[in-house]
Amino acid sequence: MATATAGTTRRDFLYIATAAVGAVGTAAAVWPLIHQMNPDASVLALASTEVDLTPIAEGQIVTVKWRGKPVFISHRTKKEIEEARATPLAQLPDPQPDQERVKEGHDQWLVVVGVCTHLGCVPLGHQGDYDGWFCPCHGSHYDTSGRIRQGPAPANLEVPTYEFVSDTSIRIG
Amino acid sequence: MRKLTVALALLATVVAAPVLAAEVGAKPDRQAWSFSGPFGMFDRAQLQRGLKVYREVCASCHGLKYIAFRNLVQPGGPGFSDAEARAIAAEYQITDGPDDTGEMFERPGRLSDHFPPPAPNEQALRSRFGGALPPDLSVITKARSYESGLAIGLLDFFRQYQEHGADYVYALLNGYEDPPADVEIDGAQAWNRYFPGNRIAMVPPLSDEQVEYTDGSPQTVDQYARDVAAFLAWTAEPHMEARKRIGFQVMIFLIVFAGLLYFTKKKVWADAHA
Amino acid sequence: MSGHETFQPQNKALAWFERRLPVFGLLHSSFVAYPTPRNLNYWWTFGGILSVMLVVQLVTGIVLVMHFVPTSAGAFDSVEHIMRNVNYGWLLRYIHANGASMFFLAVYIHIFRGLYYGSYKDPREVLWILGVILFLLMMATAFMGYVLPWGQMSFWAATVITNLFSAIPLVGDAIVTWLWGGYSVDEPTLKRFFSLHYLLPFVIFGVVLLHVWALHVVGQNNPDGIDVKSNKDTVPFTPHATVKDSFGLICFFILFAWFVFYIPNYLGHPDNYIPANPLQTPPHIVPEWYFLPFYAILRAIPSKLGGVVAMFASIAVLVFVPWLDTSKVRSARYRPLYRQFFWILLIVCIGLGYLGAKPPEGGYVIAARLLTAYYFIHFLVILPLLGYIETPKPLPASISESVLKKHAGAPAAAGAVRSPERNG
Repeated sequence: MATATAGTTRRDFLYIATAAVGAVGTAAAVWPLIHQMNPDASVLALASTEVDLTPIAEGQIVTVKWRGKPVFISHRTKKEIEEARATPLAQLPDPQPDQERVKEGHDQWLVVVGVCTHLGCVPLGHQGDYDGWFCPCHGSHYDTSGRIRQGPAPANLEVPTYEFVSDTSIRIG
Repeated sequence: MRKLTVALALLATVVAAPVLAAEVGAKPDRQAWSFSGPFGMFDRAQLQRGLKVYREVCASCHGLKYIAFRNLVQPGGPGFSDAEARAIAAEYQITDGPDDTGEMFERPGRLSDHFPPPAPNEQALRSRFGGALPPDLSVITKARSYESGLAIGLLDFFRQYQEHGADYVYALLNGYEDPPADVEIDGAQAWNRYFPGNRIAMVPPLSDEQVEYTDGSPQTVDQYARDVAAFLAWTAEPHMEARKRIGFQVMIFLIVFAGLLYFTKKKVWADAHA
Repeated sequence: MSGHETFQPQNKALAWFERRLPVFGLLHSSFVAYPTPRNLNYWWTFGGILSVMLVVQLVTGIVLVMHFVPTSAGAFDSVEHIMRNVNYGWLLRYIHANGASMFFLAVYIHIFRGLYYGSYKDPREVLWILGVILFLLMMATAFMGYVLPWGQMSFWAATVITNLFSAIPLVGDAIVTWLWGGYSVDEPTLKRFFSLHYLLPFVIFGVVLLHVWALHVVGQNNPDGIDVKSNKDTVPFTPHATVKDSFGLICFFILFAWFVFYIPNYLGHPDNYIPANPLQTPPHIVPEWYFLPFYAILRAIPSKLGGVVAMFASIAVLVFVPWLDTSKVRSARYRPLYRQFFWILLIVCIGLGYLGAKPPEGGYVIAARLLTAYYFIHFLVILPLLGYIETPKPLPASISESVLKKHAGAPAAAGAVRSPERNG
């Protein structure tokens, strides 16, 4: 019976090995079917946008499109900057100092993704109780630094990765 | 306007008709391409030289619309660095817009831009060549072939020969000759051994020493033709290297799996045949 | 047919579900316990291979649709977009394009296997006719799929094939205009072909279920063409047929992968990489290889209506094969004369395929006419007559006897002796 047991073991091993190889192959075959839904090469290539800041007057907010989403570029007034910096962090649901949300030496420029962190609507500029943005969908108020102050949104408006190519132009992404 | 377009298009085909007569050209010879066969890959330096020939010679008449500057960086291609590809892109002026005032404007190319077309539209291009249309070259090496006959065709299945298009492009660029004595062709055309019908609207585009190579490769028509044919093989099939690499892995996997299944099958059926 | 065992779930939840919807029992009886004749050879793995190929085409097709643009201006560009930009897009498209060819290769093997072993004969007539319907649906689906990349061959194939309907007297032209949705093949045509190309595979899927159902009612035929008489003649589908089909499938996949990864354009036509141009027909238009025999028949008849009728008749005649074949014996193994005519028919069909790829001139036309005539003579004259002329060889008493005899004839004759231990 010893040989029979050895035969059974060898047979089981063969069955398990075959099944395992089959499972690995199936998993590998499924990956292209999933990955094809990720952003394709042409979409990834459009992931950065350059914006000229010279036409944006003080106190004005312009909206540019980046990765299919609106990005707000706010040329803030002295008053707006002071308002944002005077707010104690303790009053903020998502505490973050204004200095961390702008580039050093470019305090007047606030660049945020114009998508409400609640459920993705586009907030309206220069509205709401805090002189920043107000989201008409579910009533979230953002301040002049794009930080959430009141309403259901859980987080501040996102600051995208961007850099100053020169004093008057930025590259987002 | 529409009628006019149709009329022009008709006229264009009538003019082009003799060129496109259903005749075949001479059969091109097969070349030894670095990208032939199951493990064949592109020669980076050759693709870079081919790009140079395309840019300096072909691009004035032929588009390359499916190729973006970012493709020059991607793996399996000519292997330019990001900075080099950006520099090449910036040498082109790309029409963009409309801007805030509704006007189109020109700006330097970026990686995401495609090679600009030689003319704003097909009609503009045709009008430059008396109705003949220089085809876009993006997929030209997959859109051209030649008859090899049944036996060679079957053999090609086993040796995986797929480079007919590159053979044709190379042959065509080297195929200019004087027309037979009894044949007259008009001045805007040339005689090419390999072009179907022989009368080709493309006059010989290449000459020796025309494009400067910096890597010491010979500056001859033969070498230019070879390099640009290889380059166009890449533009037609930019993922060829990934395809063959994954293909090899898949083949190994399938053979191992088939072996395991064979022995499993033998074991399972051992009882049934008793 | 009685199975080898019945499904009795041990798990309480499974048992609860099974009492309300016995789906596991159905799967078990269809794909596990289902009795499979023990003498099936590898030609019988192509049914399973075809099922897998249908799924491969459905899955790759559904994901390709996510990127394809069904407009005359966008179709060609979007296919190139898939080939260049979409992650693994080149792989998915090459699998789908070559998959169509592999699907037809498998279906032709499946059909000729049926013809050789008489799988269409009583009681499998309905099973066979469902197969002919599947074949027609596949042809329609493949044709419409070929139109979608909107290259030169796509466009002119669409023009030529839709023009077949203009051969119909009186209403032909009206039908063609209706098919096109205009006065030539154009964007409306492309859009309806796209819609139907997406729909038909699901219709095929439905008819495949009927085909499998019909198969499981009457049971599989087998190389000896004799009925299953007892449980000794069969083995359970799982694991025996499952593992054998899997082995056949993976070998088939090796050929498939050869095409997809190394010669993806071998079976295609270079002209289909030229965008569609309604003002210029390519010098030689040829259909994909799997339509070539029918294309040869179409061109062999020197009349427009006649050619169309002959082409459709060449498929329609298959429907009547169960009754055209008058022999009492199913398998060509025991039909010495039929076996020879079978191989002649196969060569004739391959010859028609060769002629379909050649220009319709000179000797090619004459040869195509001769072969077309033979094709119909085979089914309409030879097949009915053979049943009366031929003396079949004696049939084995049972499948198990035939299997035993075959193995007893092998050098290791001793191994064929039934040993009680191994049969447990």
